[in-house]
Amino acid sequence: MNMTVSLILTAFMAVCLLLSASSRLLHCIRMVALQGVLLGVLPCFMWNWESGVPGGEFWFSSFINIAVKGVLLPVMLVRAMHKAGVKRELEPLAGYSWSLLIITVAGALALWLSRSLELSGVPVLAVPAAAMTVFTGLFIIISRRKAITQALGFLAFENGIALFGVAMHLEYGFFVELGILLDVLVLVFVMGIAVFQISREFEHIDADRLNLLTDTEEGK
Amino acid sequence: MKYFIVNALLALILAPVLFGVINKVKAFFAGRKGPRIMQTWYDIFKLLRKGTVYSTSSTWIFRIAPVGTLAACLMALLFLPLGYAHSPLGFQGDALLFLYLLGLGRMLTVLGALDTASSFEGMGAARELQFSVISEGTLLLLLAFLAIQSGSCELSVMLCGRPCDFWGASAPSMVLSAVALYVVLLTECCRVPVDDPETHLELTMIHEAMILDNSGPDLAFIHYGAGLKLWIFGSIFAALVIPAGAFSPWMGTLVMTGICFILAVAVGITESMMARYRFLKVPQMLMGGFCIEFGALALLLLLGGVK
Repeated sequence: MNMTVSLILTAFMAVCLLLSASSRLLHCIRMVALQGVLLGVLPCFMWNWESGVPGGEFWFSSFINIAVKGVLLPVMLVRAMHKAGVKRELEPLAGYSWSLLIITVAGALALWLSRSLELSGVPVLAVPAAAMTVFTGLFIIISRRKAITQALGFLAFENGIALFGVAMHLEYGFFVELGILLDVLVLVFVMGIAVFQISREFEHIDADRLNLLTDTEEGK
Repeated sequence: MKYFIVNALLALILAPVLFGVINKVKAFFAGRKGPRIMQTWYDIFKLLRKGTVYSTSSTWIFRIAPVGTLAACLMALLFLPLGYAHSPLGFQGDALLFLYLLGLGRMLTVLGALDTASSFEGMGAARELQFSVISEGTLLLLLAFLAIQSGSCELSVMLCGRPCDFWGASAPSMVLSAVALYVVLLTECCRVPVDDPETHLELTMIHEAMILDNSGPDLAFIHYGAGLKLWIFGSIFAALVIPAGAFSPWMGTLVMTGICFILAVAVGITESMMARYRFLKVPQMLMGGFCIEFGALALLLLLGGVK
């Protein structure tokens, strides 16, 4: 069982690498969806089955994770993508090879830092995997131009936080989880509308070019 | 010793057959009948009977390059624990020698290509070297991974002397290493998505571009060397994923040969499923392999599984 948890967490880290190296938006969306599914599956492998079957809360939180993060949000993002008519992130602010290297270094850093963090009852890889996912999310937000990719980065960021929560067995973790999920849902709604509006107004969704919209002289 | 000689002979005979298997699989996916499984052997015999043409602008480097490459590949093969039998040539630290023998083979091919002063071959040589920088780094990391896992620097011990339960002890890093090794295999053996061995357009060739001017027995040596290289990486893959010591010597022979052929089928399926990457994208893929192997090493050190 322990090995399965390790494998799932390793998959989390591998998805981070793939996410930072892929230019196709559809591929990125699938990767984030995969993270959501893994997040829903993970508690089932961490549960100590000898102590009895978990309660309804447990199943509900797993189900909602898979349903929202694995299915609903990706479907919405794919629709936003088709509406905006973009398929790939063409010119990221940091190139793909560099992104890969940066994320690898971040992962190594996370592994190294987590060694000094002594937590009992938490899988060894959980903290580094969560930290690496959070870092990947933030990195994608700052290093990509397209609004959709930035929304994806935020989703990955949120997945990292949720992973941390799942691994920690937080008390009232269920309610915290639901709260975060609601935030993310609203954000993706807003993002979807924003992406649509930007693309209709300017015929592209490069968020960094919005900086040029200014009244002052130096912006021009 | 006896087992090793039999295994080495088996590798020498069966290596070119791997190409036949790959081509058969590709033909199956394309709905064709495909060339016969022994086709590479027929080609080699045909080429050996022919004469060699040397360009007037080439020097002795061009003449020794094919033989030297084949010799380097042969030597590298003999340092591997073929069929899980310890290599009689092995010594502490031969892993580095193995790495550099592969490097020597590549260097000779590249020098031979540059010696012809053909612009196409220069292009192929440049690409080969560019990609090999990253794939060699990955291979070095993989050897470091094996050395840590086995506590030895002798290739035979590194591959066969590891604790039998290493899958239980460090499954995540094993999976990552296997993926990284597959990427290295595709690169070193010049297969899709890095290089397309069947391309007829010089502008998109890598390995084929470097051997455009070779003919006759020289070309036969190069083809045979390529087969050996595939066998080398197949054997490493087999020894990486299946623990030694779980079966009797002859069973080991069977398992390693079987894995080499399964890998050939996997390569064939990969080639049928995907197109060759753009040249800009290949270093990205290789960098991905490097990062994955780096991650495997980090996980191994963190999670344990060290002897």
